[in-house]
Amino acid sequence: MKRTGAQIVIECLKREGVKHIFGYPGGVVLGIFDLLYDDKDIQLVLTRHEQGAVHAADGYARSTGRPGVVLVTSGPGATNTVTGIATAYMDSIPVIVLTGQVPTKLIGNDAFQEADIVGITRPCTKHNYLVKDVKDLARIMKEAFHIATTGRPGPVLIDLPKDVLGDKTTFHCPDKVTIRGYNPKYEGNRWMIKQAANEIQKAKRPVIIAGGGVVHSDASKELKELAELTEIPVIMTLMGLGVFPGTHRLSLGMPGMHGSYYANKAIQESDLLIAVGIRFDDRVTGRISSFAPKAKIIHIDIDPSSIRKNVRVDVPIVGDAKRVLKVLVEMLKEGGKVQWEAVRKAWLKQIEKWKQERPLSYEFDENIIKPQFVVEKIYELTKGKAIISTEVGQNQMWTAQFYKFDRPRTLLTSGGLGTMGYGFPAAMGAQVAHPDKIVIDIAGDGSFQMNIQELATCVTYKLPVKVAILNNMYLGMVRQWQELFYAERYSYSHLDTVPDFVKVAEAYGAVGLRATKPSEVEPVIKEALKVKDLPVVMDFIVDWKEKVFPMVPAGGSLDEMIFGEEKKEKKKLRAVK
Amino acid sequence: MRHTISVLVENKFGVLSRVSGLFSGRGYNIESLSVGETIDPNISIMTIVTSGDDQVIEQITKQLNKLIDVIKVVDLTEVDHVEREMILIKVAPKREDKAEVLRLVEIFRGKVVDSSPQTYTIEITGDEKKIEAFVELMKAFNIKEFVRTGKIAIAREGVK
Repeated sequence: MKRTGAQIVIECLKREGVKHIFGYPGGVVLGIFDLLYDDKDIQLVLTRHEQGAVHAADGYARSTGRPGVVLVTSGPGATNTVTGIATAYMDSIPVIVLTGQVPTKLIGNDAFQEADIVGITRPCTKHNYLVKDVKDLARIMKEAFHIATTGRPGPVLIDLPKDVLGDKTTFHCPDKVTIRGYNPKYEGNRWMIKQAANEIQKAKRPVIIAGGGVVHSDASKELKELAELTEIPVIMTLMGLGVFPGTHRLSLGMPGMHGSYYANKAIQESDLLIAVGIRFDDRVTGRISSFAPKAKIIHIDIDPSSIRKNVRVDVPIVGDAKRVLKVLVEMLKEGGKVQWEAVRKAWLKQIEKWKQERPLSYEFDENIIKPQFVVEKIYELTKGKAIISTEVGQNQMWTAQFYKFDRPRTLLTSGGLGTMGYGFPAAMGAQVAHPDKIVIDIAGDGSFQMNIQELATCVTYKLPVKVAILNNMYLGMVRQWQELFYAERYSYSHLDTVPDFVKVAEAYGAVGLRATKPSEVEPVIKEALKVKDLPVVMDFIVDWKEKVFPMVPAGGSLDEMIFGEEKKEKKKLRAVK
Repeated sequence: MRHTISVLVENKFGVLSRVSGLFSGRGYNIESLSVGETIDPNISIMTIVTSGDDQVIEQITKQLNKLIDVIKVVDLTEVDHVEREMILIKVAPKREDKAEVLRLVEIFRGKVVDSSPQTYTIEITGDEKKIEAFVELMKAFNIKEFVRTGKIAIAREGVK
């Protein structure tokens, strides 16, 4: 029996096990939408903006490890997905974006709602396709899922012209994918792994840095085994938070620009960095020339181009984190009985001293809500078991610092692209995948407004996503930079007109709550956690002067952290004079 | 340092744009790029001349390899290879210089492929140095325009 292109799309999605699609209809994709109208297996979540759909699919993918799927129309529908795609690309998230396209005969004619989305997204997708013949469709769908989910994952876009969706062909879906130009390498070179084991045995002050690659590779267990066996402390990048328990005695939290003092100190003083699934982003390394000056670097990554892109590497290992770490642990165990605890004692003692010296902290105030206090309370009241998403800026950094993530896939955040407006739709996508879990977006008043329209989606589908707005009436991180580096000239960072978020929530049919005093924080969160069938917006009016510390100024070395006390001391000195 | 990189790609629409987009997006130079079919019509080969330090060249090679439509990348600079380029150059020499131009064409084993009462169009094939030397000589004879193919290159069959 012959099938139409639209039918083939649906059939292929089912074969991939897709249960949810996030999307928005429009002229050229109505053929697919018509099939979804009474489909029993696939539910489409109708977002209120195509960008929201991609972020939702991204949050769905990050929280489950399965690819998220998006379906939108041509032209503006397609171009609205670009920020979402770029976000997923930077953080290596498997997302399949299906876009409608004008009929093949009209392509290039500047037809109504035509955009060259394949051209536009070429630099921000892992791969993309324009389907010109319905006979290629099933193979392309299969390839797209394969490419998105294997190797270093990433978004794949398929552009579907209207006529191709209507054309008929005999359905034939290949069982196997063979692409001669695409063969990701999973097994690390054993000789290289042996070198790594030797370095670990020699090292006096080693430290592990784990990133998003460990999440994608599902290698938490192996990582923990390595750390506990060899007594090596673990630092996690923003993308890696949760791959190793944040409450573990060996955890040092996040490094870099807003990393902990002790994580940055450990990197700068270490003699061996074991980097797993990280790409040495500039926010992690600070000034490259003075990054980890005393350390040899072992770099394990599935993407060869990540290795030696930013930092020098002594032991490069291309491969899947899970498999490489497994072999590495085996080799270390075979290497004879080492008294790791004794070997590591001095180093761990030194780190403990740094931890005591400068723990992550803030000054509690009885009269005004400190944003860090809200994050701490959320952590406490969810017992660290919630799925947390963040927006971008101060809210993101405070979450990374004060919520202790114990499991992977529980922090959804735009690390690479730094997309404001990501957190709320991502939380929504995660809630679709995990209807029974608590999902909270820790937001800023600026970011939340960038995709606030998705409240309608959450109300429609009874998704009890919680949004905790750390409302300071400012673009807080911008304001912080202006205060520190632009002589307190707050150019366009004050959001004079912030809506009444409680009323906004209520207008959408959601629940709105507000806390203006520290004593109200806990009751508001408790109240929110009780709501099971509606989204809740919690408006926390926080101290707008609060800043994120420690901080390594952009382009500075990890040694050059500032702690926010400098200014106070200066003032004191002046008073003494 | 200059490198000549040979890239085997799927002969699909958009491939050239993927490759050139990678160079422009990451700020790498393309000094020349030529592309054509191979013996297998499903595969094309691109010869790209680029420049950069070792780290940049390593990244270029790795990033090219990451493209799904790229089958194989060979940095020919690292192996013994033959390079050729062709130029078509149109000159309008003075009447008394015409014989000299023809003599130079002969020395360079070129061909006059078109002529008009005022001009000769000359075809020269060779490595870069030869082409450049010829252009240099022609400067004395009123060059109207020229076009170059960009370099193509192939590895020499190894003597093992």
